[in-house]
Amino acid sequence: MTDIQLAGSARIEHHAILGDLEVAGEVTIFFEGAPLKARAGEPIMSALIAAGVKVFRYTKKGSPRRIFCGIGRCTDCVMMVDGVPGVRTCVTEVRNGMKVERQYGVGSWNTETETGDGH
Amino acid sequence: MDTDKKPAIVIGAGPAGLCAAIELKKAGAPVILMDENSKPGGQLFKQIHKFFGSREHKAGVRGFEIGKELLAESLSLGIDVRLKTEVVGIEKGLKVWAVEDRSRSYTVDAATLILATGATENALSFPGWTLPGVMTAGCAQTLINVHRVLPGKKVLMIGSGNVGVIVAYQLMQAGAEVVAVIEALPRLGGYGVHTAKVRRAGVPFRCSTTIVRAEGKESVERAIIAKIDAGFKPIPGTEEVLEVDAICLAVGLTPSIELSCLAGCEQIYVPELGGNMPLHDQYMRSSVESVYTVGDIAGVEEASTAMEEGRLAGIHAAWSMGCMDEATMKRKTEETMGRLLSLRQGVFGQKRFAAKKRIVEQGAPR
Repeated sequence: MTDIQLAGSARIEHHAILGDLEVAGEVTIFFEGAPLKARAGEPIMSALIAAGVKVFRYTKKGSPRRIFCGIGRCTDCVMMVDGVPGVRTCVTEVRNGMKVERQYGVGSWNTETETGDGH
Repeated sequence: MDTDKKPAIVIGAGPAGLCAAIELKKAGAPVILMDENSKPGGQLFKQIHKFFGSREHKAGVRGFEIGKELLAESLSLGIDVRLKTEVVGIEKGLKVWAVEDRSRSYTVDAATLILATGATENALSFPGWTLPGVMTAGCAQTLINVHRVLPGKKVLMIGSGNVGVIVAYQLMQAGAEVVAVIEALPRLGGYGVHTAKVRRAGVPFRCSTTIVRAEGKESVERAIIAKIDAGFKPIPGTEEVLEVDAICLAVGLTPSIELSCLAGCEQIYVPELGGNMPLHDQYMRSSVESVYTVGDIAGVEEASTAMEEGRLAGIHAAWSMGCMDEATMKRKTEETMGRLLSLRQGVFGQKRFAAKKRIVEQGAPR
């Protein structure tokens, strides 16, 4: 867990145009086994960035990746979600109890840990 | 919905698709609006700047406010909006194959198809471009304005076009420092109003400059930039190191034409509007009967033009489906074309107008 830089929240609480951050329901997801608070309705991507996670996956040659397009087009941000590899974290909403793991290469199927509705 | 009548299917619930669906529904046509995302609005909700144009184009209104208005209108009209619905196939006879929530697959026969699939941001390849911290400008914009997280504290913006300067300013509004905006061309590319705001805030602009490489162990720690010569080659000895933790790429967009290719639409290459795009006529009809193409897929412009193109197609499709009389169609089309024309003026607009004219001239004879 030492490589996860929890550099304080990157959350934008106040904004001159958009106003204060609206209150949202709280969801707990697990990143590499560690609990992490997320905002209900947000994608996995922003919950991880808010927590300071720099690396979402490594290619099979060990090169780190995080996000690139942020809207579901490029697949740079894919991770293992509830045992399913290749899930686009920028367009997949957080869910209570969701298990999110770094993907190495193309990842592997581990659906025994799957918690529910298919993703 | 009138069940014995085939519906119009609009693919993409961004500004263009929403407006097309609204016009169809207002005319009483059965319409289904599909989008792969969990929320409608496309990329409107990350646009927090005020739009240009006159009042009828909602000038002075911010993108996300326009998004809210369009959603409220589509909701009050009772449009059948299907979210988390990916269109994965279009067969002859306009059979649309959709997958809902990645678990349920079905087909719908459409009377009319309106493709409003938008565009994808371009990448720029340089050593280190895959490092965490390098992202498109639109990605950073989505993170700060929609999800309210900062992807970096010190940012280098690559590209001085409208997207580059608008996102640079919005990054500052979100609390980041923009270390520089660099531009490969010898002159700046964005609207003066937006460029000046960023410059007044003290951000240096560097023309004839490119990124040589990004460096960092697990994520971006610095960017090396250099001046380039007339042949766009870096000039040795001009390298400069910028300490940044994010690099944003604002180097253009390319129409997302995949579904138009599946539908068999003839394509045309127009570099000023982003590359290949479906050929279309003045009513936004593609080369395939009853298939329309609107918004950025039909040439990358702006949300304001995308909305008018959506309306044009929606009006024409409603008429062709027998839901609008010809006089009404002609009147509404003329009004919409007038608004579209006034959006394609000025230095930037005229270039887009000329490019669009070329498409329509080639797309017209049928």
